[in-house]
Amino acid sequence: MSEYIPVLIMLLLGAGTAVGILVATTLIGPKKSFADKMEPFECGEHPIVSPKLRFSVKFYLVAIFFVIFDIEAVFLYPWAVLFKRLGIFGFIEMMIFLVILAVGLIYVWKRGALEWE
Amino acid sequence: MEIIIPTINLASIYPEIVVTIFAVIVLLLHAFTPHHSPGGAGKGGDHLGYISFIGIAYATFLVFTQEGGTEYSFNGLWILDNYSRFFRLIFLLGTGLTILISVKYVKDEGINHGEYYSLILFATVGMMIMGGGADLITIFLGLELMSISLYVLAGYTRNRLTSNESSLKYFLLGSFATGFLLYGIALLYGATGTTNLKGISGFISESNFGNPILIMGMVLLVVGFGFKIASVPFHMWTPDVYEGAPSPITAFMSAGPKAAAFAAFARVFFEGLPSLQGVWVDLIWILAVLTMTVGNVIALVQNNIKRMLAYSSIAHAGYVLVAFVSANELGIGGILYYMLAYTFMNIGAFGIIIVVGGKGEKRVNVDDYTGLAYRHPVAAATMSLFLFSLAGIPPTAGFMGKFYIFSAAIKSGYIGLAIIGVINSVVSVYYYLRITVAMYMKEPESAVSGAESMPSLVFSTAMIIAMVIAAYGVLRMGIFPSAYIALAQQSHLSF
Repeated sequence: MSEYIPVLIMLLLGAGTAVGILVATTLIGPKKSFADKMEPFECGEHPIVSPKLRFSVKFYLVAIFFVIFDIEAVFLYPWAVLFKRLGIFGFIEMMIFLVILAVGLIYVWKRGALEWE
Repeated sequence: MEIIIPTINLASIYPEIVVTIFAVIVLLLHAFTPHHSPGGAGKGGDHLGYISFIGIAYATFLVFTQEGGTEYSFNGLWILDNYSRFFRLIFLLGTGLTILISVKYVKDEGINHGEYYSLILFATVGMMIMGGGADLITIFLGLELMSISLYVLAGYTRNRLTSNESSLKYFLLGSFATGFLLYGIALLYGATGTTNLKGISGFISESNFGNPILIMGMVLLVVGFGFKIASVPFHMWTPDVYEGAPSPITAFMSAGPKAAAFAAFARVFFEGLPSLQGVWVDLIWILAVLTMTVGNVIALVQNNIKRMLAYSSIAHAGYVLVAFVSANELGIGGILYYMLAYTFMNIGAFGIIIVVGGKGEKRVNVDDYTGLAYRHPVAAATMSLFLFSLAGIPPTAGFMGKFYIFSAAIKSGYIGLAIIGVINSVVSVYYYLRITVAMYMKEPESAVSGAESMPSLVFSTAMIIAMVIAAYGVLRMGIFPSAYIALAQQSHLSF
């Protein structure tokens, strides 16, 4: 069970930070309320609008590309750290991985998904 | 820290690699072909389909030339045995036939894109991974690759509302079912400490198997796989998805992915959880009875032929579950044999549905088949052959498959189940023969009411090849079944 204690500490720290910030802002923050401020916060959007709002599918495309290539970068970090120990095997594996992702990049590029207009 | 480099055995995944490479080639070929307008892309040639077909043919050749025997590789994540070989052949056959029946369809519908074939090939890779996975994680990866490709393919005719509905429903319910499966895997991992099937069965046989977490995990796996094979009560998605999806994709979904789900289902339960057989046999007994009965009874009143075949597909999953319950060598052989027969006869029937449906899939009701035999005797005869096979009338593959499955059930002592199965089989004859009756015993509609006559059917070369292969398979497996039965017997899992 002892190996779980750090997890428990993390959990308590996380919860403590969240609660602490809430308590601290309630106690020491200035309290000026006006109409806009009392609205639920939704990342800068108006919370109450017609649900039939249309927005461009391009946003989704960009978000998906971001996720794909972001993950590529995340996979490269541990490889870079262990580069010497993984040796030629790791190098070839990573090159295969990168080629597969490059194919994806070529595909989205040629299909015009990177063009905004 | 020691870095363990996994045992890499590329030879054991050559067919998968080949199909993947062809999927990428088709994708890039289309991307590099100039197309000026979004609609213009649909006017391309047939070459994308034929290139995909060559890839499938080459992968099939590789499966045949692989060395025999059972071999684990990639640190126990992957297994190559006769069972996975047999299933790979089923998947490749289903995909090959699907590509052939798609070639004209995609041009008519203006969806002749590289992505269409590429997604079919990626789904095939996913199925093959499901067939060869020796670890719950590998199987899950394959399942996801297959399912995500299918979600997109189901909505591929994106201008058609039913197709969109089909895709969205499949996606929402499918992800929900995936959640169940993953939860089951997590619970099994929690109870046994491994996701490896051999490891799980080893752990269970050593320790007590009354652990409620283990049972719970197993039940959730039944739910997850039960969804993928469309068994009652997890079948609700099937009719809508099969009806709305483009017809070649419906054919594809009903053959390959269903076989893949059965492949993984059987492997997980016979190799990973054999010690719990006493528990899951009763569960699957109930599923089998419900699936056969509900599928067949609801199919009786369907007028849309795609919807009817969707319910028929549910019923067939029920027959295969009978073989699953039998849980003997005959039963596993029965699953393999039946899935192969079902691939031939169902894709064959859908081929005729595509031809009769015409551009935009306008004629998909049973009434549209009225008098077909007077206008297109060959099409009607071919359709009848596939319908006879689906109904299980000799001398067709469907009859031998059912014979095989029910004898497996009787051999294991499930006589009641076999009787229910045979009664269901009799019920199913009604709705299959209803189409044959409409084709042969009714006058064409135009002769009766003077309505617009049925336009002539256009068979493309690829479609003719596919129909010949399917008809040959149905007859060959029905008249000379011994070679196939021997093959299926060799390929059963070791107990």
